[in-house]
Parts: sequence; C-alpha cells; structure tokens
Amino acid sequence: MGGKEEMKPYRRPVPNTWWLMRRSYFLFIVRELASVFVAAYSVFLLLVIYKLGQGPEAYEGMIELLRSPALIVFHLVVLAFAVYHSITWFNLTPKILVLFVGEVRVPPLLIAGAHYFAWLVLSALVAWVILRA
Amino acid sequence: MEKTMKLEIFRYRPDQEDQPRFQTYEVPFREDWVVLDAINYIKDEIDGTLSYRWSCRMGVCGSCGMMVNGIPKLTCATFLKDYYPDKIRVEPLTGFPVQRDLVIVMDDFIHKLREIKPWIIRREGEEKPIEGGEYLQTPAELEQYKQYSMCINCMLCYAACPVYALDNTFVGPAAIALAQRYNMDSRDQGRDQRQEIIASHEGIWECTFVGECSVVCPKAVDPAGAIQRSKVSSTIDWYKEVLIPWGGKKR
Repeated sequence: MGGKEEMKPYRRPVPNTWWLMRRSYFLFIVRELASVFVAAYSVFLLLVIYKLGQGPEAYEGMIELLRSPALIVFHLVVLAFAVYHSITWFNLTPKILVLFVGEVRVPPLLIAGAHYFAWLVLSALVAWVILRA
Repeated sequence: MEKTMKLEIFRYRPDQEDQPRFQTYEVPFREDWVVLDAINYIKDEIDGTLSYRWSCRMGVCGSCGMMVNGIPKLTCATFLKDYYPDKIRVEPLTGFPVQRDLVIVMDDFIHKLREIKPWIIRREGEEKPIEGGEYLQTPAELEQYKQYSMCINCMLCYAACPVYALDNTFVGPAAIALAQRYNMDSRDQGRDQRQEIIASHEGIWECTFVGECSVVCPKAVDPAGAIQRSKVSSTIDWYKEVLIPWGGKKR
C-alpha cells in the first residue's frame, strides 16, 4: 500500500459566513462585536471631557448636541451592546474563576452573582453621583 | 411497510476524484439504531467502498466522531430516532483534512498531544524508585483534575472550534485540557515544561472563548473552562515575574 506521499488529503475551505452557521457562533460574534461599541463609547466620553476642558461654551454646545435624536439613538444602541457584553461575560465568570474554600468549591452561582452584585452597586453609585444634583 | 431513513454521506475518494461529493443512502429505520449502526449497514449491505473509523460502539474509544447535521457527535451515541423522519447529513469532522470519505487526517492532533507531555513528570532527582511505592493522593487532590482526565481524544472539540478551523496552529481544546489535567495533578511537577507550549501564542492566548468545545464534549471535560483557568494562572505567573523580584523564577 502507498505511503504518505501518495495521499491527497482534502482541505475543506472555511466560508466567511462560518459564524452564521450555528447559533452559538453567532452569539459569540455579537459578544465580540459588542466590545467595539463599548470602545467607541469610551472614545466618545473622552471627547466630552475634551470639550469640558475647552471651557463652558464648548461644553454647553456639546450638551446641546447630546440632546439630538441621533446621539440618543447612539446611546441606546451602545447601552444594549454594553449590557449584552456584560451579561454574557458575567455568566462565563464561573468557568474562569474556580475557587476553593478549604476543600469545598465556591458555588458557580455565587461567583456570577458576586459580579452582578458589584455591577449593581457601582451602577447605583454612578446614578447617585449624577442624580443627586 | 418498513420505515426507512435517508443518510446523505460525504464521499471523497482521492484516487478517483479531486472534489468531494455527497451520496445518499436509504437505510432501514430502527428505534434502537445509532448513526454508526446505519453507516455499518451501508458498508455491509449497500456500498462496501465507504470508509470511516469506529471501534467500541460505547462512547469510550473516541474514534467514531463525525459531523451529524453540522454538529460534531460520536456517531455511536447519536440515535436515528432523534432525527427521524428527516434526512441526516454525515460529514467528516471539520477543521481537519480529509483522508477519504469520513476519515480525517489526525496527525496534527496527535503531534500536539505529544507536545504537551501528557504524563506525570517529576523534577530531576525527585522520582521515586519503584521500591518506594506509588505517589499517594487524597480524594480531594484527585477531584482537582479528574474531570479533565475523562478525555477520550475524540477530537469533537477541535471540530467545534472555529479558531482551530481558521488557524490550525492553535494547540486546541483537548490538548490544553490534558495539559491542565497533568498540571493540576498533585503528583506532577512538569508545569514549567508544558508552559512553553501552553503559554505560547499558539496556546491558550489563541482561544477567544467561543465555548462550543465544552458543549460538544461527550465526556463533560469542559476544555473551555480548562483553557480559561490556564489563562488565569499564566497571567498570575506573569505578574509574579514582573512585580515580585523573588517571585518569578521556577518553583
């Protein structure tokens, strides 16, 4: 029988649409894509701070711009992606953080729960800082 | 009338054709038949030229892995009744080159498996002589790695991994899970040796945590979890090396 040099293994091409072929792949790509929106918002936030540094008038103009429908839509879209990104990652934390207290494993639900709790506390803190004025 | 079912099977015969094609076979439908039974029926009764791998028929040997309707499955554990009366499409595991029909070339996996040194390594001079007896381990120490030791090398996780399909240099789920299995074994001292491969660019850092490897694993090994935990310990290593002057070097 023939040796390796006589074999002609067939390599199947990976289509560019591979991520549409399974639901889990699609959800994964959305999770990855969400980080682009989160990054875009960080840039936007830096821009707002930059305007603040240019004095009251520039900042007022920025605030006025923030009221435009386009920017409100932008905020809603980014919020949706940021929430999706956070939830999907928080749900994965028990796989990443496997902790033991003595010989007993910390329950996975507690690990994820701690993240949600921290998220809640930080969000409440931010809300308090913004809304107390 | 006897119930029947159609199987659409990937055929590739390099000695006769350059491109693969699908061939449809009609087999009897039986409640207790798995996809592998149907393929064996085809081989025995309809078309003896069909090539595929199988052995134990009980989910232990890990050789009958194939794509069933696009999902990597052990065909010995995939029942026809779960698909009846629809057609079933059977293909070789994705991500690997195809040797012939449903047979993949697994050299790459075998090479990677060997590279991560899946055996207990002891430091020089710390190996016990045979008269010294076995290395003892508590049930709690066994529990640390037992899950990862259930791997049967069936390669379903590789077929589920889009990263591996796109870039074959990735060490991949099963090999990393097995490295983790030995790293977490209290009797083993070989982690530093394995880190060269595991912490390299082609190792854990290539993984983007799609997580599908753990979903398809027939033995609940959870390779995705193993890779993420390995990332955590490699990151801790790095911080130790950079931040603590005495913390970096080999234990």
